[in-house]
Formats: sequence, structure tokens, C-alpha cells
Amino acid sequence: MIFACLHGPADLPQIASAFSPSFEQTAPDTVIFRIDGLQRLHGSPHQIAEAIAQKAIEKYSGGGVNIAIAETADAAILAARNIPGITLLTNAAPHLNDLDVATLPLTDEMAQVFESWGIYTIEQLAQLPEIGLAERFGPHGVYLQQLARGVIHRPLKIFQPETTYEDRIELDHPVSLLEPLLFLIARLLNHQCARLLSNAMAANEVTIRLELEDRAEHIRTLRLPVPMRESKSLLKLLQMDLEAHPPAAPSIAISLALKPVHPRTVQTGIFLPVTPAPDKLELTLARIRGIVGEANVGIPQLLDTHHPQPFTLVPGPPIPSPQSRSSNPQGFRYFRPPLPATVSLDGNRPVRLSAPGIHGKVLNAAGPWRTSGDWWTTTVWNRDEWDIALSNGALYRIYCDSNWYVEGSYD
Amino acid sequence: MNPNAARVTTLGLRPDAKIRDCLPTGMASLDAMLSHGENAGFPRGAISEILGPESSGRTTLVHSLLAASTAQLEICAYVDTDDSFDPVSAAAAGVALSQLVWIRCGHNAEHALRAADSLLHAGGFGAIVLDLCQVPPRVSNRIPISYWYRFRRAIENTPTILALAEREPIARSCASLMLDIERKKTIWTGAPGFSLLREVELQASSRKPVRPGSAQFKAKALG
Repeated sequence: MIFACLHGPADLPQIASAFSPSFEQTAPDTVIFRIDGLQRLHGSPHQIAEAIAQKAIEKYSGGGVNIAIAETADAAILAARNIPGITLLTNAAPHLNDLDVATLPLTDEMAQVFESWGIYTIEQLAQLPEIGLAERFGPHGVYLQQLARGVIHRPLKIFQPETTYEDRIELDHPVSLLEPLLFLIARLLNHQCARLLSNAMAANEVTIRLELEDRAEHIRTLRLPVPMRESKSLLKLLQMDLEAHPPAAPSIAISLALKPVHPRTVQTGIFLPVTPAPDKLELTLARIRGIVGEANVGIPQLLDTHHPQPFTLVPGPPIPSPQSRSSNPQGFRYFRPPLPATVSLDGNRPVRLSAPGIHGKVLNAAGPWRTSGDWWTTTVWNRDEWDIALSNGALYRIYCDSNWYVEGSYD
Repeated sequence: MNPNAARVTTLGLRPDAKIRDCLPTGMASLDAMLSHGENAGFPRGAISEILGPESSGRTTLVHSLLAASTAQLEICAYVDTDDSFDPVSAAAAGVALSQLVWIRCGHNAEHALRAADSLLHAGGFGAIVLDLCQVPPRVSNRIPISYWYRFRRAIENTPTILALAEREPIARSCASLMLDIERKKTIWTGAPGFSLLREVELQASSRKPVRPGSAQFKAKALG
């Protein structure tokens, strides 16, 4: 294998890509690539180096690019970064012998030790006993010596430019209806999803930007709980979102951007129960959000508070998490909103209750349970609760905070 | 012998009742009453109706069903027609809330039915509860029977349980199980004026399929 390394202030990836489609960028000012296959095109390694230099001069007049050709990648990098002009290393180590040992990636401690030992050049480092160096500096010391000897053979870490998944269509005529708009969005999505698939990626965010006739922009962003790359599912999600939030004017251009992430990999088990497919579940929940409202679908989550309703609804997919079963407690049902009630008292105990749809004599009552909290905020609560058995046969929880309410029933 | 084989009668072939896989609720007396061969509990791939008046114990039974399903790492859904779900008592009953999709329908029965339809056709759920307890009969009686046939078709041959909690039967012939729940006794402790709601004794009887006897179980009050 023969490697060519370029070091200089110019746009080196562009020069390297003129000779090889795959190259490694070790630093912003250093690139390296293989030139084995170029010998039939340009000739000997020296001729290849001259061709590279010529290309560098063509692209950037003035040159200033160091070129080194060697049989190992690290030797080529070392030579290009420290020897000006064209360097041809057929047998790497002898040509690097005179280089300062400080050109190697030394730690401060190692530099001090080498200086105290009188080791100033790469040649001197290469001649030290390997076992002793390993005992003194560990694996890094051995690595440096192999670097000095030019015997490290490694594959290149190929530079891959960041791929963007964006597309845009300008329309000949403004489109106001959703259906033809979706037809065009589907075209963009199919293309981008095919690119995602070919790069083994998925998207966790989709942004659609509609440029409107009145020069405004309508931007909608879908954040997906699980990465997806099925264009049909994404199109359906976009359709439901645009139906819920339609643009205010006809569109004259459409831009689509997908945020690439690695797809989720899940280990399934033969004894685990079947759960809804993530993309299908997300699609179903999006459809239900369109029916009942976005804030009304999610996972219940308990809050660490003594508030009468210590829970909230959080968006997101359900996640299996084993939970031990306890005893069998009585269920409770809320009346949302609480029913305003008229309560007759005997002393301080309720004896009769009247609320919309609920009337009766209080047969038994437990209370009052006085609770209060959040007095340090504007949403202060302070109330007396009662558990009552009513003559209609039901058990209710009622409370009084200046007025009486029926909060719910035990069921 | 194939348990699902058809039987020849004078009026032609009559397929025997399908033997379904079941989900035990964890309440021994109820599971014993619902047992059918080796299977006991709520039938999978079928509609079950939990019937009873207010404070009869329908919600307690629904929580037990959800707890049993989530304990098997299944994903469940609660279609809450009247925004009445209480996550605190559900969690106390052992329902893994992170596995439960809660859909609040804002007192709109039509939204609840459409949401249930979407969930049933998505597939993969262990149990789906459609809470119609507070829906007035004048609304629930107007739900076309075709809805229930559609729901039954959607879940048959799947492991999903569709549980309807309500006052009176709605799905009728489409339901494979109808349970009547009744509160038999309320236990208060303490002296008069200082009493405390301790627990309730509930009784479940099977209206469909008809089973002799009933199952009694207790539910402790949330303290």
C-alpha cells in the first residue's frame, strides 16, 4: 500500500477528492489517501506526487502544500507535517531519522524524560529497547517507538461529509388544497426516505416549510418519539398535522427537511408479549390526537405532591416497566369538573347533599380531612374532604373550599 | 378431538363456542367463577362488559384487569369518555402507568368510539378499556350495534381484550362476557362521628355465559 499525505493551508479535501474518492482528514490542514491505483494513470509515486503538486498549484496559486508519499499512513503524515515540499519515502524510517522527537505526539512528562535521557531525534527513540520503553511508559511509549520506526499499518478512517436530507420544490402556480400539496410532499418524502434507507439512517424530526403566496411562511415540525423512515407513515403524520394546522394562504414553494438519526434497534424476545409497532402506534396516537385534541392523549404520570389531583398527562409512547401488584384497593372516579353541591350540615357534619344528578341523605360520613398546600404560589389550595355514603347507594368524596363540591365517587 | 370443531345438529352445523386464551385478574374467586377448562379470567380476542350502578366496583375490577395485563408487560389503553380516570388509585392497584395510554375524550362518546376504533385496528394492545360508566343511557342506547360487530371483528384472533365499563349492557350479543358487579357491604370503622371508610365487599356474577353462583372479593379504601 502507498499513501499520499497533503499538509497545508489550502482546501485539501477538494484536492484529495480529485485523486481519490475516499480519504482521511486527520486535521483541518492534513489529508491522506491511497495512491496504489493511480500508478497506471500517472506513473511512478514521484510522478503522482508531482501531479498532486500541480493540481494544488492550479487550484491555489502560490502552493504551500507539503506532499509526502510513504508505505504507511502515519509515516506519510509525519513527513508531510514536518518536511516542506515533496517527500518520497520508499523505506519510511531512514528519511525521518533526523526529525525532532517533539514532532511525535508526546505528553509533557514524556518530553521531559526524553530530554533528561538525551533523546532528541526520532532515530534515537527508534533505537531504544522496546521492553524497557514499555515498562517505563506503557502502551503509549511502544506506540511512539513504532511510529518512529514507521511500522504501524492501519486502515484509513474515511472522511464522510455530513449528509443533509433536505429538498425543495417551487410551484408554477399557487396550491391552496391540501391533497395536491400532499402529492408533492409525498414526492419529496419518497426521495428523502430512500436516501435515509440507503444510508441506514432514520429520521426523528420532520420539518415542512411552506412558502405562501402572501410572502409568509408556514412551518410545521413533527418530533417523532421513535425514529422512522417509512414515507407512508411520515406522510400520514404530516397530513394529519396539516389538516389540524392548515396554511393561511396558497403555497408557492415546499421545503422538507428530515433530521437523521440512527434507527432504533430493539431486541425482541420469543416469550415477550406482542406490543404495537412503534410507527403504527405513533400514527394511531396522532390520529386520536386529531380527534380528541393534542393535550388529551398521553401517559399518566404521578407527581410528587399532596395536591388533590397529583398526576399529569405526558405525551410520549408507552414503555414496558415491570411493576409489582399490591393489594386490591377501591377504584375512584373523578367528576371533571367537580359538581357544585348544596350540603346541609348538622353541627359540622353533612347530613344531606344535592348536586346535579345526585340527591340524597347522608347515611355515613368520614371526615373532615383537612388538606392545604401551594400557599407559596398563586395556585393555593385549602379544603376539607369528606367520604360519604349517600342514600342513593353510592359512595362519594366531597370537599369544601368556601363552596361545596362533589369530587368523584368510589367505584 | 379438536375443541373448536363444529357440531352437527338437526338444524345444521353449529360451531362450538371457541375456546379462547384468557387473562386472569389475580382475584382468585373471580377467576374461579370465570374458569373454563384450564383458562380463567377475561377472554382474549373478545368484548367483555362490566356492568353495575355507581359505586358498585366496576372501576376496581377494571383496574385489576389493567394491572394483570401490564404485569405481563403488555401495552394497554384507557379510553376515558368522561375524564374520570384516577391514575392514583390505578397505580395503587398495580397498574404500570408507563404502559398505559390514557385518552381523555371530554364527555364526547363519539370521540371515545372513534378513538377505540383506531386503537383496536392498530393492534398489539393487551387490554383496551372503554369507560362508558357516566354516559347517560339516552346516549349509550343510540350507539349502533354495528359498532360492536366492527370492534368484535377487529380483535378476534388477537390477544386484545376490549373491556366496556358501563351501567347497562350495550354490546349485548357481541360481548363474550357480561359481568354484573354489586357492592354488598361497606365497612366503616370507628365510633359515630369519627368513622373511617375501611373497605367494601363486592360481588360479581356472570350474566353471559351464565354461571352458577357468584364471586365475592374485597377492595380496601385508599388511605
